Amino acid sequence: MIARVAGAAAMLALLLAPVLASPYQLTLLLPAFAYAIALLGLNLLFGTTGLLSFGHALFVALGAYTAAWLTTRAGVLALEAIVLAAAALAAVIALPVGLLCVRYVKISFGMLTLAFGMLFYSFLYKFYLVTGGDEGIRVLRPRLLGQTFAGLDKVGFLTGPFYYYALALLVLAALVMRRIVRSPFGLSLRAIRENPDKAAFVGVSVRRYRFYAFMIAAVFGAVGGALLAVPTGLADPQLAYWTHSGNLVFMLLLGGFHHFLGPVVGAVVFIFLQDAVMSLTAYWRFVFGALLAVVVIFFPGGLLGLLARERPA
Amino acid sequence: MTLLEAVDIRMFYGSVCALDGVTLRIGRGEFVSIIGPNGAGKTTLVNVLTGLLAPTSGTVRFKGEDVGGVGPVRLARLGMARAFQLVNVFPALTVGETIAVAVLARLGRGARLFAALAGERRVWDEVRSVAELFGLGDTLARPARTLPQGDKKLLDVASAFALHPEVILLDEPTSGVSTADKHAIMEVLVQAAARLGIHSIIQVEHDMDIVFGYSDRIVALHQGRVLADGRPAELQANDAVMATVVGRAHA
Ligand SMILES: Nc1ncnc2c1ncn2[C@@H]1O[C@H](COP(=O)(O)OP(=O)(O)O)[C@@H](O)[C@H]1O
Ligand SMILES: [Mg+2]
Repeated sequence: MIARVAGAAAMLALLLAPVLASPYQLTLLLPAFAYAIALLGLNLLFGTTGLLSFGHALFVALGAYTAAWLTTRAGVLALEAIVLAAAALAAVIALPVGLLCVRYVKISFGMLTLAFGMLFYSFLYKFYLVTGGDEGIRVLRPRLLGQTFAGLDKVGFLTGPFYYYALALLVLAALVMRRIVRSPFGLSLRAIRENPDKAAFVGVSVRRYRFYAFMIAAVFGAVGGALLAVPTGLADPQLAYWTHSGNLVFMLLLGGFHHFLGPVVGAVVFIFLQDAVMSLTAYWRFVFGALLAVVVIFFPGGLLGLLARERPA
Repeated sequence: MTLLEAVDIRMFYGSVCALDGVTLRIGRGEFVSIIGPNGAGKTTLVNVLTGLLAPTSGTVRFKGEDVGGVGPVRLARLGMARAFQLVNVFPALTVGETIAVAVLARLGRGARLFAALAGERRVWDEVRSVAELFGLGDTLARPARTLPQGDKKLLDVASAFALHPEVILLDEPTSGVSTADKHAIMEVLVQAAARLGIHSIIQVEHDMDIVFGYSDRIVALHQGRVLADGRPAELQANDAVMATVVGRAHA
């Protein structure tokens, strides 16, 4: 009940934010929305299936480069097409990567995903002609539902129509993910997380289901990445760097991976906290490292774990 | 008619020989108890029969198909299920969800992505009836980790039964349970098997009252070999076997 009211209030605040919040705050919410979508996918792997990926940034980068490549090099400006292309490309890349990674669990799985992330980083860095090398590729302003919003300047576009577009995409992503988590498939994934050996003995194809989860996570990662690239206006190799994957895991732990909305809370809090700490000190990485340690040791359930005493399914 | 057969199974753990040429044929409708002292190889045999372990040599056939290395998922589909010696549950899943995982897998619905779990009528009806067979009907909403030890073991067995297997292997289903409760559990098992159409039960059991009270057939293992294999009366008449495998308990 309280959660419902809090959720409704948060949704209302987000809907009214373009009127209430400053443009600066709004431009912070945009990457938070994008990360939240990517994290919904990451959490299907970790929170639901029990596989911790340290290479999820690969797919975020893939989505961002899709947006960059399509807008700058192919003249495709429709964001709907860009998002779909990012999702499709992520599925194509996740197919071999996932087939290999899900053969392993725990730390081996984590290390393999990390390795693939670094491979992709090197690819982005070295294959200058395709990827623009260390400079990356610019991302042009996309069209939203066929509209160019030519009358709006950059900030006006981002904090107006694009804000609502990103919010709508996040809501859609959350509804789809909720559907997945509450499906028979979602239950099978939780059984795998709890006890893969037993799951196999009651007929669950453990590796196949882990692979499906990996594919879905990749698609969400790339959709988030495509959205992330629009406000930053750039896709560069740092997006695929392992520290970026680390940040994604941090956001998830911060929000609380036991909870369905943990990824959303984690993304928003992380972005605002990072902005605040960065403005105070150049040692923000140090502060964040310490904060991560505190979360892991004292608040393993993350922020939502603090709020909700009951551990939800 | 032979349902499950193991031919000349040898199993080494490094240099330890846990099974030393075990041959066993189990027919439809049999209730077989595997007995033997600790370390005799009973759990290893169950693990080999259910594909959890690939034997060093020998073959396992289920319904005529060589099932060596096919894995537990395929075995479940073919009609073989098992429960474990040690408590083996999905700690955070509720009793209802635990049984539902098995029912969904059996019906081939476990991968349905966009169907609402809550809307799977047929699944939940079946979950309820299986839970009731095992006296777990009132605990459907409880997380498995909060159940008492005995109920956890029953839940493990219940989820295996929910697969409607033709043969079920139970590794010490009543271990860690008081003698009084053992009989109650066996009654539940036998009745549930009859209700769900499970033809054969293979169990590892230490309690000789249970073994001699319920089995059609007893297989005695000792140091990785089959020492005796026969009807309860036959074994009871064999003093040498009784002394070796039952020891003081029945002396
Ligand atoms: N994983 C293992 N590694 C090494 N030795 C094992 C392993 N499992 C069982 N053993 C050995 O194999 C023999 C048979 O064990 P087990 O099948 O568990 O017997 P039982 O269930 O009859 O008590 C014992 O000597 C045991 O020590
Ligand atoms: Mg044993």
